[in-house]
Amino acid sequence: MDITLEALLIRQQGFSLAANLTISGGSTAIIGPSGGGKSTLLLAIAGFVKAASGKVLFNGADFTKAPPAERPVTLLFQEHNLFPHLTVWQNTALGVRPSLRLSRAEKERVAAALAEVGLHGAGERLPSELSGGQRQRVALARALLRDRPVLMLDEPFAALGPALRFEMLDLVARIRAEHDATLLLVTHNPEDARRICDKAVLVADGVAGQPCDTVDLLDNPPPALAAYLGT
Amino acid sequence: MAGRFKPVNIAGPVALLLMALLVVAPLLALWSQAEGAAGLSVPDWSAIRFTLFQAVLSAGISVLLAIPAARALARRQFRGRAALITLLGAPFLLPVIVAVLGILAVWGRAGIMSRGLEVFGSGPISVYGLTGILLAHVFFNLPLVTRLILQGWAGIPAEHFRLAAQLDMRPDDIFRRLEWPMLKGVLPGAFLLVFLLSITSFAVALALGGGPKATTIELAIYQALRFDFNLGRAALLGLVQFGICAVVVLASLKLSRQTDFGATLGVPVQRFDARGGWRLWQDRIVLLGVSLFLGAPLVAVLLRGVPGLVNLPASLWPAMGNSLLISLGSALLALVLALMLAGFIDRLRARQARGASIVEGIALSTLALSPFVLGTGLFILLYPVANPFALALPVTTLVNAAMSLPIALRALLPAFAANRRSLGLLADSLGMSGWSRFRLFLWPAIRKPAGFATGLAAALSMGDLGVITLFAPPEVETLPLLMYRLMGAYRMEDAASVALVLVAVTLALFWLFDRGGRLGHHT
Repeated sequence: MDITLEALLIRQQGFSLAANLTISGGSTAIIGPSGGGKSTLLLAIAGFVKAASGKVLFNGADFTKAPPAERPVTLLFQEHNLFPHLTVWQNTALGVRPSLRLSRAEKERVAAALAEVGLHGAGERLPSELSGGQRQRVALARALLRDRPVLMLDEPFAALGPALRFEMLDLVARIRAEHDATLLLVTHNPEDARRICDKAVLVADGVAGQPCDTVDLLDNPPPALAAYLGT
Repeated sequence: MAGRFKPVNIAGPVALLLMALLVVAPLLALWSQAEGAAGLSVPDWSAIRFTLFQAVLSAGISVLLAIPAARALARRQFRGRAALITLLGAPFLLPVIVAVLGILAVWGRAGIMSRGLEVFGSGPISVYGLTGILLAHVFFNLPLVTRLILQGWAGIPAEHFRLAAQLDMRPDDIFRRLEWPMLKGVLPGAFLLVFLLSITSFAVALALGGGPKATTIELAIYQALRFDFNLGRAALLGLVQFGICAVVVLASLKLSRQTDFGATLGVPVQRFDARGGWRLWQDRIVLLGVSLFLGAPLVAVLLRGVPGLVNLPASLWPAMGNSLLISLGSALLALVLALMLAGFIDRLRARQARGASIVEGIALSTLALSPFVLGTGLFILLYPVANPFALALPVTTLVNAAMSLPIALRALLPAFAANRRSLGLLADSLGMSGWSRFRLFLWPAIRKPAGFATGLAAALSMGDLGVITLFAPPEVETLPLLMYRLMGAYRMEDAASVALVLVAVTLALFWLFDRGGRLGHHT
């Protein structure tokens, strides 16, 4: 799916972010210094932050004023993706219907989604009984059920160790490919971007740059990125 | 090395012993004296029933009204929101008798509400009795519970509301999935807190209750001591009151989870549901209603009291002197005791957590021993050896200090612990001890909570109308007692003027100490 940000301008207290770009499918990393507006960009695409001016288009259709639920997007946060008092199964099934009254076929879909992220049989557990990686797997399972064309992750595995992080990234890449989704991944780690994203957008100094080849961008970084990477 | 810490080491146990004595001795006095009583009479039973009944209603109404109020505050951004939240904190410092005066002015026979209802053909509200007691208790506790619940709302991660919006949850779903689980955690504790406060709010019962249908246990004790001079009956009722409070305190300790008072109330939660329609109007009406309910009595006192400020009764000045003596004395006593105990508990906690909890429990036991019951015990204890009426001021000072001690401890202990964790090893390695350790190492870290706690203790003591009523002879007055006596003589304008002076002094005391703790503080 094409995501177009047309002369988009976001203003918050003492902070502004401008974006004028199109992302056409595939996997795109959003990189740049912290506080630069990477998360804000995702929040704006998902409809949680209002645009001061400009438009947000999906496949050419204007969604600038659409509420979050109507956008073709699932956004995963760094933490707090699960409700602590609901079981793994309930947290996942929210992706089908918030009332949690599911038909037999829908229940089977929930079970299949949990199996796909490697949590088969963990449905009755509570989030507090899971590791950080497992909790994000539940959130991914819910994203599978929602089946939106755009999947956005905001530093989802920042708290995990390297081996587990790579495992999770590979899972995300596999899911993306299987569902032919458009992936946006905010990360502060260049390795993550190289591993699963062929394109990258640099967000720095209040501007989101044009998508370009990840390897090119990281190997020949512009000054703002070079200062951040320390190269 | 250990020998050099000796002066500090003794202070803690001494303070603990004092506290234990202050709790145990009056209880023993009640116990011994109660044996002479011939069991609970019919009026006693009705006082017990009424106490529990009004407390259940007070807690239930406060909690039920606080839920929509907190929700409206949590999800709306509007001009004056910060001011309203500040107003919600005000009743904590407001002397009870001042609020009662305001409630009488609004809801009493000649008040705005009664006259308003007459227009609709209904008779005036009879504010004395259950109605007035409930009004006063809700006036004080609705804001308290609203703030507690608001903290709960602020504790729900912003991500959860975003998640709800993304999943297209309706307001009903959000209530069920996000808000109800939070409320389930907060409400039982809030209910018990209001229940306890409503059982022990003597001044409200004194000013608005009375008669066979609206006498609380504490009011019955007061009448037994002051009018019938029946020590045995007072003692027995005191034990009953202690028993009920102890059960409630134990229950709430079992429930209590560490509430995070650092949670920000300043920013409303960003919500994506309930943006308009009837929910917006519901929130507006709730907030307007709460503002009027809390604001009208305060404005009424102000309007009534201002004209009399140029012609204050002469009895005001000696009363103010007594009030200041009691307030400052009890605040400083509470601070010193709290410092000694906090140091002791903190050092114990580093070595032996269980011992520290026990000491803290003893220090907090004054919560179960309501100030009024403590005063009753002291009265019975002192009566054989001294004239209790001559000791009105020192006894009130002591009881008020004991009353403020739990609050002071709660404020100080976290600062002690944080300081030990961050700098304790450094101070040890430098060999700091004794006075220099306190002055250079500890005091700068705790002066802020110490100032706050002292200010709070001074303000609470300034507005207290409890034990003093048991001990004060007719010629001894404090400002709240003077107000009460003026109200009893239906000199409402004079009472309102005294109320304004009392509120001004109370706020000034709190401000001075709290400010003093912050001055030159760089955190």
